[in-house]
Amino acid sequence: MASIDVPLKDGGFGSTRRTDNWWLEPLLIFLGYALFLGYSNYAVFTPMCGPTQPCYEVPGTNYLSPMYSPLLFTSAPSWWPGFIPFSAAMLILWAPAGFRFTCYYYRGAYYKGFWADPLSCAVGEPGFRGKNYRGERKFPLIMQNIHRYFLYLAIVFIVLLTWDAWRALWFPVAGGGEVFGIGLGTLIMIGNPILLGLYAFGCHSFRHLIGGRKDVMSGSSVTKSCYDCVSHLNKNHMKWAWISMFYVGGVDLYIRLCAAGTITDLRIL
Amino acid sequence: MASATFRIWRGERGAGKFVDYTTEFEEGMVVLDMVHKIQANSANDMAVRWNCKAGKCGSCSAEINGKPKLMCMTRLNQLDLTQPVTVEPMKTFPHVKDLVTDVSWNYRVKKKIQKFTPRPADAADGTWRMQQADVDRPQEFRKCIECFLCQDVCHVLRDHDKHDEFIGPRFLIYTAQLEMHPLDTGDRLKALKDDFNIGYCNITKCCTKVCPEEIKITDNAIIPLKERIVDEYYDPLGKLFKMFK
Repeated sequence: MASIDVPLKDGGFGSTRRTDNWWLEPLLIFLGYALFLGYSNYAVFTPMCGPTQPCYEVPGTNYLSPMYSPLLFTSAPSWWPGFIPFSAAMLILWAPAGFRFTCYYYRGAYYKGFWADPLSCAVGEPGFRGKNYRGERKFPLIMQNIHRYFLYLAIVFIVLLTWDAWRALWFPVAGGGEVFGIGLGTLIMIGNPILLGLYAFGCHSFRHLIGGRKDVMSGSSVTKSCYDCVSHLNKNHMKWAWISMFYVGGVDLYIRLCAAGTITDLRIL
Repeated sequence: MASATFRIWRGERGAGKFVDYTTEFEEGMVVLDMVHKIQANSANDMAVRWNCKAGKCGSCSAEINGKPKLMCMTRLNQLDLTQPVTVEPMKTFPHVKDLVTDVSWNYRVKKKIQKFTPRPADAADGTWRMQQADVDRPQEFRKCIECFLCQDVCHVLRDHDKHDEFIGPRFLIYTAQLEMHPLDTGDRLKALKDDFNIGYCNITKCCTKVCPEEIKITDNAIIPLKERIVDEYYDPLGKLFKMFK
């Protein structure tokens, strides 16, 4: 009988006796978020596709990039500090970004992918935290408890993006006025609030507020049905989180490419 | 008959080493079968805790190839038998001997949690009335077999040694089971926040992944408890709304 002398518990960073590809999940999370963060920064700080053509609007349509909706200002307002480059997206993106940053699913994912806290299940953490670990008990991470307030804002954004999708059904005509129509961009924009709704309405905070806070739900069939429906969405919260996040980026990219003249919007009706 | 090598931790009080045992196996065997076979043939003094061999007593918890699992529920065809299979004790609890750890800390923690506190009986005969729909949630948590694999994998206990401050996922679902019960009148939220420090949980879902009963520990117990604490301590607008309601 051969024997191997190793400590039962060494706890060093990355130490584990797991033999599966445990590093794959945190790596994919890191790459996925890094890709989206990289693209969204590009989209925010590149508002113009030509001297007078913004990247967030497509000429001849009412398409508006979700990263710039609602379009509060088209140029820097007078109170904007001159040393900060202006982008209309900066005024609004903090709200959906805050919703995702404080989302229970995202928290668990980026604690692993970005902070190695832990790197993966049953895998050793960086030694510097040790007994100093604070979790979400103290500042700054205790601020994650603000999540439900970002949920309220996210619901407002879903309403706004639904309005944008409605507006995308109407196309300006020469001489004034608008006609009903459907372009590929319209269909893409209609998908956006639907996917964001599947993500936001499966949120753990929403599940709590809609009925989870109660011990007795049987008294109201409406409450129970809503809770069951949200619970069903909540089971796939991770999936909708990823799909809706990349879809937002995809909608912006489509509109950006149309605005830049790289591609032409396909008019279906 | 095919054979496989099992690399089993042997030693006492944390000191010891992995010892390789190569033994034959048959189709359908589980890791606990192999450990018993090795115990019978090659290592009569090997300590291993087990009882039901059916995934219901929660006794044979161990780490198999680094993953917290029940030995009796890990079939050999789930493992790569071309490499030695490591079997070692849970790392979050004090080591006793070979594959056995001292899990008594868990029983001490349980005593600290306010017990079930039902409202006065609904009927003259001392019984209560409640709807199945309302006990569905607590009943999910009652599936727990107290194998303590979730406690073992929880990094707050495993890596940060917060045993004095944090009760771990097992007892968070126990608290959720009581808090969500339609008959219970107890209030454990202050204790959850200040004494049991639910805030240490950073929702990595490792506990959910290892649960042999497939209890959705994080989504159905820990996060709902965190939300109840937000209601009570971190939601001023919600408080204001309740005042005017």
